[in-house]
Order: sequence, then structure tokens, then C-alpha cells
Amino acid sequence: MTTADIAFSPRRIGAVVLRHLYLMRTSWPRMIEMIYWPTVQMVLWGFISIFLQQNSSYVAQATGVLLSAVLLWDVLFRGQLGIALIFLEEIYSRNLGHLFVSPLRPGEMISSLLLLSLIRTLIGVGGATLVAIPLFHYNLFDMGLPLIAFFFNLLVMAWGIGLVIAGLLLRFGLGAEGIAWAAIFALQPICAVFYPVSTLPTWLHPVAWILPASHIFEGMRALLFQHHFDIYQLVIAGLLNIVWLSAGIIVFQRFFHAARERGLLLQVGE
Amino acid sequence: MSDRQHIIEVECLYKTFEKINAVDGISFKVRKGSTTALLGGNGAGKTTTITMLLGLLIPTSGSITILGEDMLQHRYRLLHRMNFSSPYVDLPQRLSVKENLTVYGHLYRLPKLKARIAEIAEALDLSDLLDRRYGRLSAGQKTRVSLAKALLNKPELLLLDEPTASLDPDTADSIRSYLEQYQRDTGASILLASHNMAEVERMADDVIMMRQGRIVDSGAPEMLVEKYGKRSMEEVFIDIARNNEVIA
Repeated sequence: MTTADIAFSPRRIGAVVLRHLYLMRTSWPRMIEMIYWPTVQMVLWGFISIFLQQNSSYVAQATGVLLSAVLLWDVLFRGQLGIALIFLEEIYSRNLGHLFVSPLRPGEMISSLLLLSLIRTLIGVGGATLVAIPLFHYNLFDMGLPLIAFFFNLLVMAWGIGLVIAGLLLRFGLGAEGIAWAAIFALQPICAVFYPVSTLPTWLHPVAWILPASHIFEGMRALLFQHHFDIYQLVIAGLLNIVWLSAGIIVFQRFFHAARERGLLLQVGE
Repeated sequence: MSDRQHIIEVECLYKTFEKINAVDGISFKVRKGSTTALLGGNGAGKTTTITMLLGLLIPTSGSITILGEDMLQHRYRLLHRMNFSSPYVDLPQRLSVKENLTVYGHLYRLPKLKARIAEIAEALDLSDLLDRRYGRLSAGQKTRVSLAKALLNKPELLLLDEPTASLDPDTADSIRSYLEQYQRDTGASILLASHNMAEVERMADDVIMMRQGRIVDSGAPEMLVEKYGKRSMEEVFIDIARNNEVIA
């Protein structure tokens, strides 16, 4: 055995990714589910946008503001769900015991979860974005380079939340499944997806501003309404994301340790 | 201090769950190249002990030395040289047998993985099943796949939890024969938890009997049969399980 055998291993990360790519390949319902909801949301908000363009000066000022918001919101939602669902798949298949008696380290597990979340988000949101082009003549990619910054900032925030949820699933098993689906929606009204932070009651502003997503959606509106890329919002979001992702990793590691103390890794389930 | 003759050395191992000692200060050693059976009724502490040996469960106190190294300190280094199989822990149902073995082969960073999968599939009569989905296999076939996964990295220490549970006698016999062959070929050590006393008498060089988290007796099966004045390990097991006094 060499030190390479025990070091952080891209091959082991790839093994977990491969396991889920095999699963996606053999399960068309899983593939459809990834694209289905982002597309349904996009179609719904596309028609609402058309209506509001004719009846609201706010939306008329910037074509696609609602469509952009809904597609970027789905980056956050799909990114978080990507991590939680991968973990749920392992619980459903009772495979966690085998995974954790292999030399797979928690850090490698986290890395593979993040990679799989990226793949699932690109498939889901990417598909819906492409459908929006012929359907509503709206191309999210017209945002240009800022879109990449928005995408990755939202994805990193999603990872932070997703890791906390994966930790909860490790600790509480399928009892925490409902949280995996619902947690992100508690943040949706506060993180200024469809309206500015100023719309919220004043006492909620500090809460909104500690969410990286609030800065990203404000930045998105500045770009669409004023054609101005607000680097300040992006920097703040990036700094906050360092905190969110670090917190997610720490919480996951803590729950992993708690699961090892309580002997939950072999029997995680209901 | 570890010695070279023993692959596992456990000292004063405790695991307490909410004031209940699931494992209550046990100490034992497993000789290199031997098969040791961990026996006891339900709730005796066998699975808790095995999960601590695998590093899945953190002991309340005590030490575990495997292959001369502290398991709690060097878990990831040691897991490369060990493996585990249990009918109660599944593999992903929708993946084919080959896909499952490929994923685990990468997790153990095996060289020449395709050749190794072909080799182990042939040895365990799985070649025709490689492209079948794991979830569509019979219980016996699943057990063979789980064993193939456990032997993929040619472990020096194999931990088996009821390796032949729910198998027909023919399949169970071929599994035991393969394990005996593997041990002869590689000199590996096996620690198995089992409720099948015929299996224990056939395979085990040593037996550790547990009850209520404690080791109540240990020794070679034939020695225990003689000591208790019984005809088989089955009778020894029943005698110890029903006796409330701690013997040793």
C-alpha cells in the first residue's frame, strides 16, 4: 500500500459519481424528473410574464425578469435537492453501510455530492433554459458572463444547505426526508427571488442580507433593469457563500461523527 | 503493544447507549490466518462489536488494533486491507452486478479492475449474472455478489455477518467452500458472526461466545463441546444462552 492509497482520491470521488450516473442511465423517470419541474415552472412563469408585460410597468421594463428569476431560483432548488436526493437514494438502497466500510472519506463523499449536484442542476435547469428560447423567445444566456457568476454563487449556497440536509438524513434517517424537500422553500420568500429586498418588512432585511441568494437576485435585477453588473453584490454573495459552504461542511461532518457514535451508518433508514 | 501473531487485538472495549452497555468491557484476540466465530443470541453485542471493528461505530472506551495499527487512528489506511459482507446491507438494486463491482473496485482503487471482476465472477460463478440488475437476483445470487464485493480487494481481514443466512444448503455449502479456499490461498483471517452452529463447527478455528455485551467463554469449538459435556456447538450455544451466570 502506498500513501496514494490513503490520500484524498479523485478516483473514489469518481466512483460515487459513476454509481449515480449508472442509476440515471437506467432510470428514465429520474432523468425526466430532473428536467420536468424546472420546465413546468418556467412555462408557468413565462405565461405570467407575458400577461404582466401587458399589464405591469415593472415587468415591461425588463423582458424576462421573472423568467430569469425562476430559472435562477431553480439553480438554488435543484442544487440543494441534488445533494439530498443522492443521499436519499443511498438510504433507499441500504447501501450506506457498504460505502462507509470502504476507504471512502467524508471529504470525498462531500466532493462527489457536490459534483453530482452540479451535473443534476446543469441537466435540469439547462434543459428548461433551452426550452424557454423557442417558447418565449427568451435566452437566459444573453446575460453573458454575469450568468456564470450568478449560477455558481447560487449553486454554492445550495451546496451549503444540501450538506446540512444530508447530515440530517444521516442522523435522523428517512424521518428527515420531508425537510429535504421543503427546507429551501422557507428561504424563498426572504431571498428576494421575484421582488427586491426593500419589499420585505424592515425587520426582515438583515435576515435577507445574510443570504447570498438575495445579493444574487438583486444583482440579476440590476443587470436586467439598469444594464449594470453590480460587482459589490457579487463580492458580498461570494464572501457569504464561503461561510455558508463552510458551515454546511462542518455540520455534515458533525452529523457524520454523531452517526458513528450512535451506530447509525449500518442501519440508517426509517 | 500489538504483536505479529494476531490480526485483531481488542482491549477493554465498551459501547454504551443511553446508560446500557451494549458491549461491556470485552477483550479478545484473533489469530492471523484463522477463522473466528463471534457467537451469541440476539442482543448479545456481536453486531455492535463488528461495527466497531469496521470503524462505523465509535467505542465509548477501549482499544482496537487491527493489522498492528490503531483502528481509531488509522481507519482509512486499514479499510483498504479489510472488507465486510452482510445480508442486511444491500447494494444498489438498479445497478447491474458488473456496475456494482466496478463502483466498489474504484472505491478500493484496484488496478486492472476489469480483469479482477472477471476473475472473482468466475470464482463465484457470477459470470452469467454480470449484466443482470442486482435487484432482480435471488437471495443466494445476491449473497454471492455481496461476497464478490467483499473479496474484490483481496482483504487480509474479512468480517462476515451471517454470511449464509437465508441460503439453501447447496448454495451455503458452496459459499463456505469458496471462503475456505480463499483463506487457504491468501492466508486471510475471517471473523464471522453466525447463528448457524454447523457452519461454525465446520469453519471456525476459534469461537468467542457473547452474552449481554460480555464474553462468557472462548476457545476451539471441539474444546468447548468437551468442556460443556455436550454433543455439538448447538447444544453449547443453547446452554450458554440460557445460563444467566457469567462463566469466564
